[in-house]
Amino acid sequence: MKIEILGSCCQKCTTLLEVTQEAVAEAGVDADIVKVQDFKEIMKYGVMTTPALVIDGVVKVVGKVPSKEQIKSMLK
Amino acid sequence: MFQIFADWVTYQILQIEAGSRLGAALNFFIYDTLKIFFMLALIVFGVAIIRTYFPPERTKQLLSHKREFFGNISAALLGIVTPFCSCSAVPLFIGFLESGVPLGVTFSFLISSPMVNEIALVLLWGMFGWKIAAIYMVSGLTVAIIAGTVIGKLKLEHLVEEYVYQIKVGQTEIAHMSTKERIEYAVEYTQEILKKVWAYIVVAIGIGAFIHGYAPENFLVNYAGKDNLLAVPLAVAIGIPLYSSAAGMIPIVYALMEKGMSIGTVLAFMMSVTALSLPEMIILRNVLKPKMIAIFAGIMAVAITFTGYLFNAIM
Repeated sequence: MKIEILGSCCQKCTTLLEVTQEAVAEAGVDADIVKVQDFKEIMKYGVMTTPALVIDGVVKVVGKVPSKEQIKSMLK
Repeated sequence: MFQIFADWVTYQILQIEAGSRLGAALNFFIYDTLKIFFMLALIVFGVAIIRTYFPPERTKQLLSHKREFFGNISAALLGIVTPFCSCSAVPLFIGFLESGVPLGVTFSFLISSPMVNEIALVLLWGMFGWKIAAIYMVSGLTVAIIAGTVIGKLKLEHLVEEYVYQIKVGQTEIAHMSTKERIEYAVEYTQEILKKVWAYIVVAIGIGAFIHGYAPENFLVNYAGKDNLLAVPLAVAIGIPLYSSAAGMIPIVYALMEKGMSIGTVLAFMMSVTALSLPEMIILRNVLKPKMIAIFAGIMAVAITFTGYLFNAIM
């Protein structure tokens, strides 16, 4: 499973990365977590508000940090 | 209701003598804090509900291929209710241009969004009255509309980095939200905002309540009163390297007004800090050539300075 965190400078982007890492560890799934900071890459997903969470190429969350539980349910 | 509660806490619970200086200050502090938190929660919640109907993706569609001027007005108004953080400035900018929103209209949005928002308006209203809040809103929108229109008229599209026009933006579907989801979002958002700004509010009201009686009033009048013509441009210049959200500015605004700085100068300072900031220009450098940044900063500085003079003259 490939998880991408889109966003460059916000505090929120770092928070999203941490929450996602915790959720992945707790759910026990095998996933690569990548931070995407290049605007060109971010725009390919049509995302205009960061941070955003992309799982296997599908945009799941835009513009906010979801709770750990919410991320876990997306991982299933 | 708030007054009764404030009286009860000050004079009954804490047993402070009515009419004493401490009692009056504490009473004012409790009353104002309650009033502002209540207003903030109510209005932020209301705006958050409206906001769920205007995610940036929809705003983009609404503004694409709009005519200049009317487009600038709608962009400035949509800027009030659309969430914005300076980190999102670049993706928003690219997304808007790519979907056919004219450059000047995009700028009206980018200027209005951080400068005029419901949080700043509630705080101004709660602390200085609705007139000041209305003045700030009208002048902020005017600056955004005029600056965006001028940028549109100057035909500066060639000063946007070329790659911006080559990016293919992926299509996103606008998720449909149920009423329940909208309310959940609004509750979450209101909590987040209150958590973020409560400290600023307490500090601002604290300044109002306690320093009010003690610090020399009109301290700044000699330096930054109406008669000093240099005060406005100076306030704008000082604001450029500083960046703060509009909410973070409120305690400073309160202190400056208390000490006798005139309203136009204070508003110019607040606008400069929120909408004409060096950090944001550095972020925008990703998509704009240096010359465009300079033109943008120049137009904004002139528009804000003019607004400052105008309010110093009429208030």
